[in-house]
Amino acid sequence: MSAIDAGIVPQPKPESLAPSFYSGKRSLRGWLFTRDHKRIAILYTLSVTLFFLLGGAAAAMIRYDLIVPSGELPTEVYNKAFTFHGVVMVWFFLLPSIPVTLGNFLLPIMIGAKDLAFPRINLFSWYLFIGGGAFVVAALWAGGVDTGWTFYTPYSTMFSNTNVYLAIIGVFVTGFSTIFTGLNFIVTTHTMRTPGMTWMRLPLFVWGLYAVSVVMVLATPVLAMTLALVGLERVVGVGVFDPSLGGDPLLFQHLFWFYSHPAVYMMILPAMGLASEIISCFTSRRVFGYKFMTYSMLAIAVIGFMVWGHHMFVSGMSVYAAMVFSLLSFLVAVPSAIKIFNWTATLRKGDIRFTAPMLYALGFVGLFLLGGLTGLILAAPALDEFLHDTYFVIAHFHYVMVGGSVMCYLGGIHFWWPKVTGRMYSERLAKFAAVLMFVGFNVTFFPQYLLGYRGMPRRYHSYLPQFQELNVISTGGAVLLAISYTLPVLYLLWSLKYGKKAPPNPWDARGLEWQTSSPPPKENFLHPPVPREAYAYDKPAP
Amino acid sequence: MNATVADSPLEEARRAHLEEQFDEPDQQHSAASLGMWIFLATEMLFFGVLFASYVVLRVLHPAGFAEASRETDLLLGSGETAALLTSSITIVVALRAIKLGQRGVATLFLSLTAALGIGFLVIHGFEYHSEWEEHLVPGVRFLKFGPHAHAVELFEVMSYLLTGWHSIHLIIAVSVVLGLTWRVWRGAFGPDHFTTLELAALYWHLVDIIWMFIFPLLYLIGRAPG
Repeated sequence: MSAIDAGIVPQPKPESLAPSFYSGKRSLRGWLFTRDHKRIAILYTLSVTLFFLLGGAAAAMIRYDLIVPSGELPTEVYNKAFTFHGVVMVWFFLLPSIPVTLGNFLLPIMIGAKDLAFPRINLFSWYLFIGGGAFVVAALWAGGVDTGWTFYTPYSTMFSNTNVYLAIIGVFVTGFSTIFTGLNFIVTTHTMRTPGMTWMRLPLFVWGLYAVSVVMVLATPVLAMTLALVGLERVVGVGVFDPSLGGDPLLFQHLFWFYSHPAVYMMILPAMGLASEIISCFTSRRVFGYKFMTYSMLAIAVIGFMVWGHHMFVSGMSVYAAMVFSLLSFLVAVPSAIKIFNWTATLRKGDIRFTAPMLYALGFVGLFLLGGLTGLILAAPALDEFLHDTYFVIAHFHYVMVGGSVMCYLGGIHFWWPKVTGRMYSERLAKFAAVLMFVGFNVTFFPQYLLGYRGMPRRYHSYLPQFQELNVISTGGAVLLAISYTLPVLYLLWSLKYGKKAPPNPWDARGLEWQTSSPPPKENFLHPPVPREAYAYDKPAP
Repeated sequence: MNATVADSPLEEARRAHLEEQFDEPDQQHSAASLGMWIFLATEMLFFGVLFASYVVLRVLHPAGFAEASRETDLLLGSGETAALLTSSITIVVALRAIKLGQRGVATLFLSLTAALGIGFLVIHGFEYHSEWEEHLVPGVRFLKFGPHAHAVELFEVMSYLLTGWHSIHLIIAVSVVLGLTWRVWRGAFGPDHFTTLELAALYWHLVDIIWMFIFPLLYLIGRAPG
């Protein structure tokens, strides 16, 4: 029986008397004009959750439509639903989720700093995020957009009569929020580490945030500029993507995927770092191959920039270009595989505690593995020719982004919930939700692999009758998934009022964030923390 | 961390400008300049999209692009280039002056920098004007016949995107420098406090360097007939 099951571990509480960052200015002004990274993280968490609910509602419409082969919804409504689902989930939930919430809260604490390097820019980023979100919601309000989240030209520039401007402006503005967050994180990691916190002592979550920030800073401007070109082309009527002038619509796809493929790694890299924290804590072992974990994250960030062409095998690309992009895409699987091996090796002979965060993290490893392996199938041009634009692709990226990234995000929320709120949640309900999520996810998306393999194309509101069984199963799974996403909202909110008070280090974890009180004081630490090697689980907690 | 060693007056003055999240003035300075360098990298990528598009379109339509670039005004373009190149010198002189505590020199050279930037914008305004007269504004007022008419219009699209986006940057840079000139004149900066000025100079140089790429792409390449 572990210490967690027995209740709360008795521990020294040197800083438990310090007033937390919640005290101080409690007014709405005190929150909306705060520069405290912890408060901004909470503002972000609330807004990101709101967008998740909006995007989830659109997903529910999609699954509702696909219950019968003829489609329950009119075509235009369906097209607008999947576009809204994609735009909101990609730019307003998946991309920001882990970095701006947990990353914002934890990065300075994990490196022993008082705050991010640029607290004002941090707050400004949140306003940009909300402002961009307002444009996207306005686009929905005005009647929606039907281009799909990819805004492919010439449809988006010449033919669509929907609110493309509003959606593009929304994504453009949010892009600046992403850029400034990435910039802030990079500078903070370089200049704000407490003495003794060397690069090779950084927690892997910090490494993940660092890698993702580099990708954010280098990829997002390309998207912003490309979407600006689409918008200008709609205004003026001529532009670089305009085929009637001899412009190149394929150029749009190249530029878009030059951003959007690295964007996938923006979603998964912080999740990878986060999983390492959780797995190492609940096996009470050092992460196996720490250095390889850091290098593989950087390798993913770098190689991720050179694989975009695998989205365009059927768009008209020379055979040689396809071969090179295919090879590079296989190459990026190597560092990802190293990470899976290392997590598994960390588990081996570990004293594993199956707590709720651990269940989420283990679910992440399994689902990411399946998502990653099917990615290799899609990276082979000959197979992609057959599977392109089918539900196989949908299943693949949902396994990586939802199965991988979202599972991990929720694992992280549970893991650091005591630190952020100072309260313990119901472990039993949390475990139930984690298992339900794993089951619900597989029931929803595994049938989509089969559907895609049998040739069901994506983005249609109707389908052939032989696909109905699997579609109904998938919709049933979506119901389970919806329940499993609602549960944490309920019991976590419940814990705020009724949960047991959390000690500074409820999981017996290492890492500097566990050396301060729960919740931390405004300055994060009253006494300068003492950094040691990362994951020193073979030594007692300080 | 704490002032255990007696600080020099300069060090004490630097400490007065320290924000609460930092421990040391040097740390604050390196954070600010690293932040600026990263921001400049993102700016390069914004322009990178335009440069990449230019390259793709030029490869697709070499003859049309050559024809269009012969119609650019080399004299005005060279004048703009000279103005911007000079402005990069004047802003560095201003920065050095403020580090030496020479407020008057700094104010003078900052004003010169802003004036050269405005000069660039004015010359470019003339170019836009003559293109309007010659019906060379793509999508809005474009009239051209011949086998390469479409390609010429694409060239003009690229030209407006590149110079327009660059001019927006220069307008921002000029506004920043004008604001700083005022503050330097009022004595807001000195040897203990010049980071903002240094960052502005970095940004100015970037705007300048980007022009050094735009100028040959639009005005020089393919100019010679045949």
